[in-house]
Amino acid sequence: MIIAQQKPIQEIAEMIKDCRKVLLVGCAGCVTVCLSGGEKETEILASELRIMRKLQDNPLETVTFVCTRQCDPEYITPLDNLVEDVDAIVSLACGVGVQYVAERFPTKWVLPAQNTNFIGGSIEHGIWEERCGLCGNCILHLTGGICPIIRCSKSILNGPCGGSQYGKCEVSKDTPCAWQLIYDRMQSLGKLDKLLEIQPPKDWSTARHGGPRRAVREDVIIG
Amino acid sequence: MAGDFEPKIVAFCCHYCAYSAADLAGSMRLQYPTNIRIVEMTCSGNIDHRVILNAFEEGADGVYVAGCMEGDCHFLKGNYRAKKRVNHVKKLLEEIGFDSRRLEFYNLSAAMGPRFAEIANEMTQRIKELGPSPLNKKENGKEGDGK
Repeated sequence: MIIAQQKPIQEIAEMIKDCRKVLLVGCAGCVTVCLSGGEKETEILASELRIMRKLQDNPLETVTFVCTRQCDPEYITPLDNLVEDVDAIVSLACGVGVQYVAERFPTKWVLPAQNTNFIGGSIEHGIWEERCGLCGNCILHLTGGICPIIRCSKSILNGPCGGSQYGKCEVSKDTPCAWQLIYDRMQSLGKLDKLLEIQPPKDWSTARHGGPRRAVREDVIIG
Repeated sequence: MAGDFEPKIVAFCCHYCAYSAADLAGSMRLQYPTNIRIVEMTCSGNIDHRVILNAFEEGADGVYVAGCMEGDCHFLKGNYRAKKRVNHVKKLLEEIGFDSRRLEFYNLSAAMGPRFAEIANEMTQRIKELGPSPLNKKENGKEGDGK
């Protein structure tokens, strides 16, 4: 899922300082699972902003709504009835959701309440870790299911490097060396010989380096 | 601060400890301030950030959550979770410029009737010293008269 974290409340308050009424839009997708932009977080943010503004003697009216997903046009249509009299829309979705809402309401000031951080999963309740670098050309079959692109600080394809010490990366003692993990796993699978194959430089054109990407499934396009 | 200020304090009390302790305090004929409005909960771990914030928005001058003694939660970890949540809301309140001393978490057991009365006194005293909630002050220009 996409992992996002809410911006500092002061930053969000500053964005809407001239507004009298705002619509806060949560998302029931990834940001609900990573506990930063679901129904609960949307209501908490609304409450915080109202209290803050009341303390400043400048009351703020809030409306809240949570879309099933903000990254699908059909799920943001329910906002049509809510945006009319608001001065701004604050989206608690990832960067995708913010842009979809902005595209749907060209005359509205749409603001992000979150910083979209990475693609990852939960390690335990309340802790999330990055797991995919979105390189567009998966190599997990070569590395025992452990991604060196995102989990190795240098994204090297033929590791480990000299910075691997006692299973940790030199960047931080809290970061496991991805290549140590890969080596250990391949060893336990009896496939160490696979690591003797030297991987050529990666073609990064499938990643972000090739410009904005688009995926098309012709067979499911309607019309 | 106005001497006649009588704060409104909402106490979210766990059924298995604080709420029973309140009962005991009553049976023991212990006196505690009438400023406390008790909300019974199945477990303090049920407390939600939104409920606390809402209490303040709706006119509470103080809020506290009372759960079981550590290690004694009927649901094993509810009181630890409640404490964490309360501490988190305290942080949120500080960030938005609202005095977090208006919110507190207490541990007590069902046998602690006198402690319940003591907490009620302690919290009432604290809120009296802090004065009416700034959210109430600005309500109709009438101090300490929330919704």
